[in-house]
Amino acid sequence: MSILVVLEQQSGQWHRMSWETLAAGQQLATALGVTVDAAVVGKGTDTLASEAATKKVARIWAVDHDLLDSYTADGYTAAIEQLIRKVQPTVVLFPHTYQVRDFAPKLATRFSQVLVSDAIAARVESGLLTLIRQFFQGKLNGDVRVSGAGPVFASLQAGAWRADTLESGSAVVEQFAPALDPAAIRQKSEPPFREAARAVDLTAAEIIVSVGRGIKEQSNLPVIEDLAAAFGAELAASRPICDAGWLPMERQVGSSGQTVAPKLYVAVGISGAIQHLVGMKGAKTIVAINKDANAPIFEVADYGIVGDLFEVAPALAAEVRKAKGAG
Amino acid sequence: MKIIVAIKQVPLRDSPLHLAASAKWIDDADLSFEINEPDAYALEEALQLREKHTGEVVVLCAGPERAAQTIREALAKGADRAIHIETDDLGSLDTLGVAKLLAAAVAPEKADLILTGLQSDDLGSGQTGVVMAELLGMPHSTIIMQAEVREAIIRVKRELENGWFQHIEMPLPAVLTIQSGSNKLRYATLMGIKKAKTKEIRRVTPAELGGAAAAAASIEKVYLPQKSKQTQIFEGDPKTAAAQLVEKLKFEARVL
Repeated sequence: MSILVVLEQQSGQWHRMSWETLAAGQQLATALGVTVDAAVVGKGTDTLASEAATKKVARIWAVDHDLLDSYTADGYTAAIEQLIRKVQPTVVLFPHTYQVRDFAPKLATRFSQVLVSDAIAARVESGLLTLIRQFFQGKLNGDVRVSGAGPVFASLQAGAWRADTLESGSAVVEQFAPALDPAAIRQKSEPPFREAARAVDLTAAEIIVSVGRGIKEQSNLPVIEDLAAAFGAELAASRPICDAGWLPMERQVGSSGQTVAPKLYVAVGISGAIQHLVGMKGAKTIVAINKDANAPIFEVADYGIVGDLFEVAPALAAEVRKAKGAG
Repeated sequence: MKIIVAIKQVPLRDSPLHLAASAKWIDDADLSFEINEPDAYALEEALQLREKHTGEVVVLCAGPERAAQTIREALAKGADRAIHIETDDLGSLDTLGVAKLLAAAVAPEKADLILTGLQSDDLGSGQTGVVMAELLGMPHSTIIMQAEVREAIIRVKRELENGWFQHIEMPLPAVLTIQSGSNKLRYATLMGIKKAKTKEIRRVTPAELGGAAAAAASIEKVYLPQKSKQTQIFEGDPKTAAAQLVEKLKFEARVL
């Protein structure tokens, strides 16, 4: 029995969630009384493999091939499938990144298994592993048990485990050269790019007032703009508002937008889907205004008002102006 | 070209959620339902591709009888026909089980392209499209914002993290999972609603598709999340609550 953690890198740079996942792997290995291995996948992985080998793991697998230079779903699936068949781990862990979402379900299918995606916690009882994940965009949690014959596949949510708990050690680096057929890699990927340079840098803002679906219509936005003005804050939004074109994409906070950590974050009419929370939960103080007392945003909020934003936001703007006026 | 769009019927956003007596899922008896939002974008992408390249858009949906309403709405928006895998125990299947049924239903269609939303609003596993691709032996790509067909090749714009994107090309037939916000959604027209009544919905049962596989993953129980933070909630009329909040922001959090 062992755990295999698949680390993620791109062009020689680690994805920061790799270390969170490795820390989770170490903790679960202790709880299950097994060893943990980690894999680095790419082309020319020597430097990364040596770096990973300074962590407390049994072995680092350097999965190296010219065809793994840039990521493709077909290439990564084939390479990691071969590694799993050799190492035979009982649990395979991934960071829940966009890349993992692209190939890990395919990989699990090769073993007649189902990936438990975006897990937020894990529990070991009498040697049995239970993974906890969210349903209904974070409104419910659930315990998931995997019973199939193959290994348990799970991807772990950003920030659910802490990278600073990672233990150091000294691991053996093993080279693994997968047999890959260029004709079997059907996707051709081009280099990543960004759309036009961002005019708004939300990461520099001290106070952010952010708006979500609760605003209902674009014509209601002045309510929020006035609240932002009262606070002297930058205006931001959750994804649906930017998707609808009500605010520009560059004002979007969340996994596909900007990650912010202001002194004060005021979330108005935002339910708090995980895609939004990962972009703002690092804020020092979080205020939530929402009509639904069970909205997930209240789980990360320090202060909250449950109510109609069309009544609360103007009242709050007036109180903020009063407090500031009073010096 | 022939495009299949796999859609799911989910509870209306912001539905009040009550646990079922078994605590393994919610009690959905009194809820209203709608199309899963990312699937609505997948349907829109399919309709736009058909407008450019001609062909047929076939809606595929697994779910109980009530899912027929969501299927009709997709037909009213312009899909040509539908396949409804009628099953009352979708909840007992895992992602692989559902994907096997969907794959078995579309295999005889010999489609050029299969689209679905990147994840469902209820389970949110985000895997059905990818697993279908593997079962059907097709290439795939996920979290797609745009798709452009050039003869037997499809070129897609895939969303990456933190505002990055990437173009990817692959041969058809292929499976794509579509991101919300990739297009502007159309409304059904009165004419569309009228026409939808005469469009074909073929009903099939899981048994006709070779039966459902035993689940490898199961939900043991669901429950309300425990708060990780102690949230101070201010009550009363908006003015009083706002005044109390400002007081705290100024003197406790010291952020004003």
